[in-house]
Amino acid sequence: MTASTMDTMTNATAHVASPEQRTAAFYELEPHHHPEGASTMLGFWIYLMSDCLIFAMLFAAYGVLGGNFAAGPGPKDLFELPLIALNTAMLLFSSITYGFAMLVMEKGNVRATQAWLLVTAVFGACFLAIELYEFSHLIHEGAGPWRSGFLTAFFSLVGTHGLHVTFGLVWLFTLVIQLSQKGLTQANKRRLQCLSLFWHFLDVIWIGVFTFVYLMGMI
Amino acid sequence: MSDHAHPNPHAKDHHDEHGGSHGSMRDYVIGFLLSVILTAIPFWLVMTHAIADKGTTAIVIMAFAIVQIVVHMIYFLHMNTKSEGGWTVMALIFTIIIVVIALSGSLWVMHHLNTNMMPMVHDMGQLP
Repeated sequence: MTASTMDTMTNATAHVASPEQRTAAFYELEPHHHPEGASTMLGFWIYLMSDCLIFAMLFAAYGVLGGNFAAGPGPKDLFELPLIALNTAMLLFSSITYGFAMLVMEKGNVRATQAWLLVTAVFGACFLAIELYEFSHLIHEGAGPWRSGFLTAFFSLVGTHGLHVTFGLVWLFTLVIQLSQKGLTQANKRRLQCLSLFWHFLDVIWIGVFTFVYLMGMI
Repeated sequence: MSDHAHPNPHAKDHHDEHGGSHGSMRDYVIGFLLSVILTAIPFWLVMTHAIADKGTTAIVIMAFAIVQIVVHMIYFLHMNTKSEGGWTVMALIFTIIIVVIALSGSLWVMHHLNTNMMPMVHDMGQLP
């Protein structure tokens, strides 16, 4: 289309409505204000969903490689279910104590929020300590991630979950300090709600881990 | 999201600024108790070998895992179809579809590769 035909067409419709008017009828041209942080929760949820895909890939890798023992030890030689049950309990307790932190946050009680967050951190740290003990025990027995495809997939999946918990703990301590500096401001409440989603999400992933890796391996 | 729902930009400040619902004490306690039960039963099933058949045990503990994930979603993550105008549920459904395709596809394809393309002993002799 040449420039002259464009002009003709624009002139032909100009008496109906100018292009700007027509555009304005269809789109909102004025930038409208969203309250600060209004889209943060949805954005964080979408991040969690993408994180979910990372774990799905690791679960798929474990599902494919989980039977390749390379003549090495298998799940029944390595896993101790009572330890895993304890680990699961730690994560479950940390979930409900984080819930309590959110409830006292709603009431505006800074000290109680910090206290419940620290209780959550203790349970989270116990979870990590048990997991690190398990990993070091496995590596000491010569069943490190280099031993077989099964162990590579196992360490990647469980290790990635553990790394998430570690960063969740770093985030949690940052927020405890933020709370003592700034109190329960709107921004801090939003951050606590994001961490709440993150923390409960990690517990959801752990349900998959203990079911598919540990329990299915021990049947 | 459309501005028509909030013609007054300040109106949004008064009600919940995140559009999501917050749990109550009752929600968290119910979620916790259900989670404890739904975790304890599969562990008990596997540790005591209560069901003799391995396939049945696997299906039962997978069912418990799925129920527990739903319980966590509702009572801890406060999922409902209305939060953020339904976009969280849309994102969740999309993710579930992708996860199911990726998991079942990987397992299916790799299982067939492993079983059908294994070098057979009697084939080895015919190799040049």
